Amino acid sequence: MSEPENFAFTPENLERAKARIAKYPAGRQASAVLALLDLAQRQNGGWLSRAAMDYVAHMLGMAPIRVYEAGTFYTMFHLRPVGRHLLQACTTTPCWLRGSSDVVAACERKLGIGLGETTADGLFTLIEVECLGACVNAPILQVNDDYYEDLDGPATEALIDALKKGEPPPPGSVIGRRGSEPVGGATTLHEVAAPATGEEA
Amino acid sequence: MTDPIRFFLDGAEVEARPGETIWQVANRQGIEIPHLCWLPKPGYRADGNCRACMVEIEGERVLAASCIRKPSAGMRVKTASERARFSRQMVFELLLADQPRRDAAHDPGSRFWQWADRLDLSESRFPRHGAPAPDRSHPAIAVHLDACIECTLCVRACREVQVNDVIGMKGRGYHEKIVFDFDDPMGRSTCVACGECVQACPTGALMPASLVDVNGLYAHAPDREVDSVCPYCGVGCQLTYKIREDRIVAVAGREGPSNQGRLCVKGRYGFDYVHHPDRLTEPLIRKEGVAKGNVAIDPGNPYTHFRKASWEEALDAAAAGLKRIRDAKGPKALAGFGSAKGSNEEAYLFQKLVRTGFGSNNVDHCTRLCHASSVAALMEGIGSGAVTAPFTAAMEAEVIIVIGARPTQNHPVAATFFKEAAKQGKTLIVMDPRGQALARHATLMLRFKPGRDVALLNALLYTIIKEGLFDKQYVAAHTQDFEKLAEHIRDYPPEKMAAICGIDAETLRHVARTYARARAAIIFWGMGISQHVHGTDNARCLIALALITGQIGRRGTGLHPLRGQNNVQGASDAGLIPMLYPDYQSVEDPGVRQKFEALWGKSLDPKRGLTVVEIMDAVHRGEITGMVIMGENPAMSDPDVAHARAALAQLEHLVVQDIFLTETAKYADVVLPASAWPEKDGTVSNTNRQVQMGRAALPLPGNARQDLWIIEEIARRIGLPWSYGHPRAVFAEMKEAMPSLNGITWERLLRESSVTYPCDSETSAGHEIVFADGFPTPSGRGRLVPAAIVPPAEEPDGEYPFVLTTGRQLEHWHTGAITRRAQVLDEIEPEATASFAPSELRRLGVAAGERVRVSTRRGAIELKARADSGVAPGMVFIPFCYAEAAANLLTNPQLDPFGKIPEYKYCAARVEPVAAKAAAE
Ligand code: SF4
Ligand code: SF4
Ligand code: FES
Ligand code: FES
Repeated sequence: MSEPENFAFTPENLERAKARIAKYPAGRQASAVLALLDLAQRQNGGWLSRAAMDYVAHMLGMAPIRVYEAGTFYTMFHLRPVGRHLLQACTTTPCWLRGSSDVVAACERKLGIGLGETTADGLFTLIEVECLGACVNAPILQVNDDYYEDLDGPATEALIDALKKGEPPPPGSVIGRRGSEPVGGATTLHEVAAPATGEEA
Repeated sequence: MTDPIRFFLDGAEVEARPGETIWQVANRQGIEIPHLCWLPKPGYRADGNCRACMVEIEGERVLAASCIRKPSAGMRVKTASERARFSRQMVFELLLADQPRRDAAHDPGSRFWQWADRLDLSESRFPRHGAPAPDRSHPAIAVHLDACIECTLCVRACREVQVNDVIGMKGRGYHEKIVFDFDDPMGRSTCVACGECVQACPTGALMPASLVDVNGLYAHAPDREVDSVCPYCGVGCQLTYKIREDRIVAVAGREGPSNQGRLCVKGRYGFDYVHHPDRLTEPLIRKEGVAKGNVAIDPGNPYTHFRKASWEEALDAAAAGLKRIRDAKGPKALAGFGSAKGSNEEAYLFQKLVRTGFGSNNVDHCTRLCHASSVAALMEGIGSGAVTAPFTAAMEAEVIIVIGARPTQNHPVAATFFKEAAKQGKTLIVMDPRGQALARHATLMLRFKPGRDVALLNALLYTIIKEGLFDKQYVAAHTQDFEKLAEHIRDYPPEKMAAICGIDAETLRHVARTYARARAAIIFWGMGISQHVHGTDNARCLIALALITGQIGRRGTGLHPLRGQNNVQGASDAGLIPMLYPDYQSVEDPGVRQKFEALWGKSLDPKRGLTVVEIMDAVHRGEITGMVIMGENPAMSDPDVAHARAALAQLEHLVVQDIFLTETAKYADVVLPASAWPEKDGTVSNTNRQVQMGRAALPLPGNARQDLWIIEEIARRIGLPWSYGHPRAVFAEMKEAMPSLNGITWERLLRESSVTYPCDSETSAGHEIVFADGFPTPSGRGRLVPAAIVPPAEEPDGEYPFVLTTGRQLEHWHTGAITRRAQVLDEIEPEATASFAPSELRRLGVAAGERVRVSTRRGAIELKARADSGVAPGMVFIPFCYAEAAANLLTNPQLDPFGKIPEYKYCAARVEPVAAKAAAE
């Protein structure tokens, strides 16, 4: 892995960055640091290089160390290159009780990598994360920005196959559950119109 | 102001001053509460993270951290309740679990261990977790994070106190770690080695490398301490030497008025030069038949060219030569260079030696090469060459202008105040052709075209006058010649000046308005203003800015030329100037002269003497044939130094008094081994007009002698019956000649370490801010002197297309005679480099690190190229401290007509890659 020497926002991202900065009062540009780091990470193939952090620091008039601190504090920022599909397996208690070990094992078996590793073809990186805030549909595997829910071993393997083929299934529950309603379908509030699903993210 | 708060501390009713924490009140009451992450020193904010200072507050469920908790009225605090004590004990026991064992501690005397002892703790019941590896990548600082308790004092030291922003906290929770930049090895980080973090760390995790051995164990424990002042720059930081067996092993910052405990890399880690094997320890006399031009001498072994002599013989030879020339050719055939690195007493005695012993005013020193033009303009404008306010006044200003100065390198501790002020939201405007570290903190950075200062400043004056932003009342009451200035300035509208100085008209107007409208604004400048043929004009413009806006004489306002050498203020005050006696009294004023004739008991030369560069010219003309040079190095520092060296070689008789065989001493007939700063008692005056006491801490090496003794011995041998004996006696005489020393006595300085002048009485503090009400000029008014645009003396052309500018680096001092012999400093910056814009290097086809040849009409040197995006394309910057590639072989000796200062900051140069040439041959 070699650290790139330079980073600069694309013209579109530069516009986005300016819009983010403009949300804060004068002299408080530093507040936009997380938004800009996120933009930079997306532009940079899912990880933040030092050059990217330096660029953001310069843009916000911050000492680089302040940006490094934010970048290393938040687990959502990745400081080394990641595969095209970043698999984040939640292994916190609710997911674990609902079989996250099987999800992780399936990933490891299928991809031949352990936690924290990237496949040789650069397609997948597997990491373990704390609660993703979707315990009600545990266990969860986050793939880039999407949540796949209600997984088990075989479903995880199928998901990986689909990703490999470049045909990612629609995000959400893999057992067809809508939102967080009970597995067997809604049991209350029948008189209310059914909500639209999964459009919020 | 809020009212004091009354509350109960361990049952007793006490009062908290506004803003005081429980810890501070307790401390005032003599109640000890342990503390680790809280450092009761100026500039340190309480953070409340370590929980070593917990106290119980009645009615509150949880304990409170006393270092950060402020009392409220009627609160009942128990500092020693069982619960509080138990909690604090537990904190220490938990922390202890991860500490290296006491017998393996990096600092067994650290604040952590001191508290552990007081709490009677030496073992912990908790398991230890893995220890991070040591980081010994830095030459001066040892990092052993196994002792780190993550109290973040070092982070606050680096970020909030020195504002260097190197240290941070990486990660979170259990994985948290103190890091330098992006977890780089400290030695490769952007650390500037100010050592503030080391001084703050309570555990020994950060240590001076000199106090730990290769295994990280505490070593070389100091056996005594001496308080003194730093010998490097005009900031005049107070410090404490830590000494073991008569060697300085470490240095700590002391809370002086100018540094508040802070130091920079030079003051903190630049001391081992004193113990360098090159120190001169025996008087030397040039061997028979060794030609002066032959300077291939190893400073560590002068015996190839010189022979050892007794003091008696050496002093006799030194004095006999001077006497011979004086008596044969007259007083004007002799000259002397004193030094801004010595004490006030030495400077005073040296100029007295020349004036009363040689019989002329041919005495000068390096102020000529740094701020002579500023002083000329200040004397003419406001009747005083010193600053009108200390640099700490920046904290009270609303707008701070720094022009032609690079304080983060040259006045690093002053820079900490500027950075802090900027962080607090003050407007900091930096103007410099080269980019610099201060720019990141600046509200505005104006990178104008080199040598175009007057155009830039006149545009500001134009805007202020044209838009009526000047202070009419102040102008009417306290200035003269305003109409002349207003008339003159008409030709300098921003639109027209923009093309010349490279800053657009709108920005120029904005800066002018910002400065003029500020409630309080202050101007700092350095050699970028003074070292030009138009240096005096540059300073005149700055003075005019302050005068027409009334930004002077009040808190947070003023004019402050940042003085370079530790004692350039003092040496100038003491009269090491060819046209002025002590306290800037003119040698050509008969009344003044009579006074000094009476004081010194000698008739004095009524004509001003020659300046540094003029003296060298007079040597070339054969008019001056004998010189004494004390602690100066013109063979490195003069412009077009080949010319100066030829002059030195031509002298019939040269006596050099120094601590090393400098490039200058290599031309000497007699070399007298002198005292280094930590070896002598004496006072120095810093840029803030603070007279400070330096104390001898070390014995002299070998046969070296006190400079004062040497001057006196020479004096006696040329017919002056002196017997001062101690600097105290010299200081007493100085007080008779210098009203500026009113209220300041040797004893007072011994007691208080620092007194600001002017000072009304022995019991009152000095005046930090002067000229609230008029100026010490004949009219009592500040004089406005218009300045026209004078181009630099040598502009780039087809043959020499680059602009060469010279200056200093953070790590090296002046000609490098001292700092290149300080191991840490030389390790950080070991060799000469020429800095270019990266684009310029690409155009030249040179990679950073490859060698280039830089030549001017006066000479050529070869050195490594360095990429520096701060340097504008078309420019090259070379520091002048490297003897092996002396920048001053290249510089232009053209002088400013008033200050007689050479144009070090601008000349035409050519640059060629060396490798390519070598390959072609
Ligand atoms: S290195 Fe020292 S000052 Fe810094 S956090 Fe650790 S213990 Fe505190
Ligand atoms: S030595 Fe100074 S610059 Fe370096 S890390 Fe410590 S505080 Fe920061
Ligand atoms: S525990 Fe997995 S989403 Fe909350
Ligand atoms: S000293 Fe109070 S919390 Fe650290």
